[in-house]
Amino acid sequence: MKLTQGCFSFLPDLTDDQITRQVQYCLGKGWAVNIEFTDDPHPRNTYWEMWGLPMFDLQDAAGVMMELAECRRVYGNRYIRISGFDSSHGWESVRISFLVNRPPDEAEFELVRQEVGGRAIRYTTVRKHAAHAST
Amino acid sequence: MNAHTGTVRGKERYRSGVMEYKRMGYWEPDYTPKDTDVIALFRVTPQEGVDPIEASAAVAGESSTATWTVVWTDRLTAAEKYRAKCYRVDPVPGSPGSYFAYIAYDLDLFEPGSIANLSASIIGNVFGFKPLKALRLEDMRFPVAYVKTFQGPATGIVVERERLDKFGRPLLGATVKPKLGLSGRNYGRVVYEALKGGLDFTKDDENINSQPFMHWRDRFLYCMEAVNRAQAASGEVKGTYLNITAGTMEDMYERAEFAKELGSCIVMIDLVIGYTAIQSMAKWARRNDMILHLHRAGHSTYTRQKSHGVSFRVIAKWMRLAGVDHIHAGTVVGKLEGDPNTTRGYYDVCREDFNPTKLEHGLFFDQSWASLNKMMPVASGGIHAGQMHQLLDLLGEDVVLQFGGGTIGHPMGIAAGAIANRVALEAMILARNEGRDYVHEGPEILARAAETCTPLKAALEVWKDVTFNYQSTDTPDFVPTALETV
Repeated sequence: MKLTQGCFSFLPDLTDDQITRQVQYCLGKGWAVNIEFTDDPHPRNTYWEMWGLPMFDLQDAAGVMMELAECRRVYGNRYIRISGFDSSHGWESVRISFLVNRPPDEAEFELVRQEVGGRAIRYTTVRKHAAHAST
Repeated sequence: MNAHTGTVRGKERYRSGVMEYKRMGYWEPDYTPKDTDVIALFRVTPQEGVDPIEASAAVAGESSTATWTVVWTDRLTAAEKYRAKCYRVDPVPGSPGSYFAYIAYDLDLFEPGSIANLSASIIGNVFGFKPLKALRLEDMRFPVAYVKTFQGPATGIVVERERLDKFGRPLLGATVKPKLGLSGRNYGRVVYEALKGGLDFTKDDENINSQPFMHWRDRFLYCMEAVNRAQAASGEVKGTYLNITAGTMEDMYERAEFAKELGSCIVMIDLVIGYTAIQSMAKWARRNDMILHLHRAGHSTYTRQKSHGVSFRVIAKWMRLAGVDHIHAGTVVGKLEGDPNTTRGYYDVCREDFNPTKLEHGLFFDQSWASLNKMMPVASGGIHAGQMHQLLDLLGEDVVLQFGGGTIGHPMGIAAGAIANRVALEAMILARNEGRDYVHEGPEILARAAETCTPLKAALEVWKDVTFNYQSTDTPDFVPTALETV
């Protein structure tokens, strides 16, 4: 399964040049850039691990790209995303988020259905185990 | 024309009989509106021979304390405070016989937090007043003191994005088609295909409630199966606006509770349920972590014609106060009415914390929203992937783009239609962020993206000639000043 979280998941994976331009866009807006990684890309997993603190006050995307290279060296087998955070009043939240690294074997999810009364079903999205992920 | 007509005061003012409104205290050209006043701007078209000042004063009178004759019981009240005061009347530029009348209302005239009460005053009686040929409520200014008596959008743009984990691009949706006749099982199929393909949302249409071909429980059950399947297949949060509009509030609450029980993140209501029902559902949505989508069903009956009715910018302001999260606000390029400047004004009302006066966008007043949440505008009706650059340019990033026909009508199927839209959108955002002149290079950017995406190629081919270029009926009337053209 190709995980389609983030702003650009339907495009071919971004090259480092393309990532640099998106990071530069964030810096131009005055947003702090954050690198996060995870091996649990469940759609409701909000808190990916932070690769250091968000990078405030940066001018040049090169700094982010160096950190990204380092993060990939350590966690190249995980999902890594870059986000831009806007601290201005009324937002104070993420303004853009996109994947910059996928593991060689992407996550697979399956749906667990618990049948309850009145034909209703309680749904839980769970990670498929690697052993039968290929089916 | 803004001259005094001599308000009658004291004992003479209350002599039994009939007196002109403009002499009863409803025309006060020297009055400076207080920061705490509600202000309404009306487009007044008096009958032949009726003095525009008298007509405007009558609007102020009939929308506040006046009746057709003098009543002595006014003297039991602080009547001068409660009288709405028309303080300015200007001819409408380029529209002989019509006048913009500015009317100020004291805050004490309104019940806190009630659109029903506000609208009963402002549009309650006066639109049928015989001396007027036509009347339109163009815009309103609400004091912060009044804004703060409303809940505002239950969720708001920022928290909606956080819940959906979707940032930096417009959201994508589609209304299930055909709008009537599908069984629950077939309906859910369309939802599944569209969401799995790449849309964030699907949507019930305004008139999908509970009909012989598909009762509401059946729809909800099949739709939630589709949402959850698509979520597991993509690893992304998905949603479908379950329309809970019904004949009674009890039925609406029942449907809302069932949607919640099934795990839906969003429910939907129609404007025709009425302002009080909308406010009730907004409170329910806030209590239950639910996004509340509003379909503006019926609005064109009174918003479209410039001469008579209520402007949609007023409805948009009322709905932000009332507390909905999504509101259909026009596409400009699609099949439904929408002048670009006027639409821009609506979008600003939805999304900004402060709206400066902007006559060219139809905004007549400064309006502070005092940190009320932002509403997500929804663009729906006759739009397709080939217009992506125009849509992004005209509508911005915080909007739901709904491609109903533009998804479901795709020659390769519904999922392919969804893929085409998502790829077109992401390619355009990527290009915009890179600093490209995406408005002019749009067709080229799309063609390039289509090289690696057959569904997009097919979409661009099928709808390449579809445009809706008709004259707009609702456009701002203003005279640009030297300052504004700088």
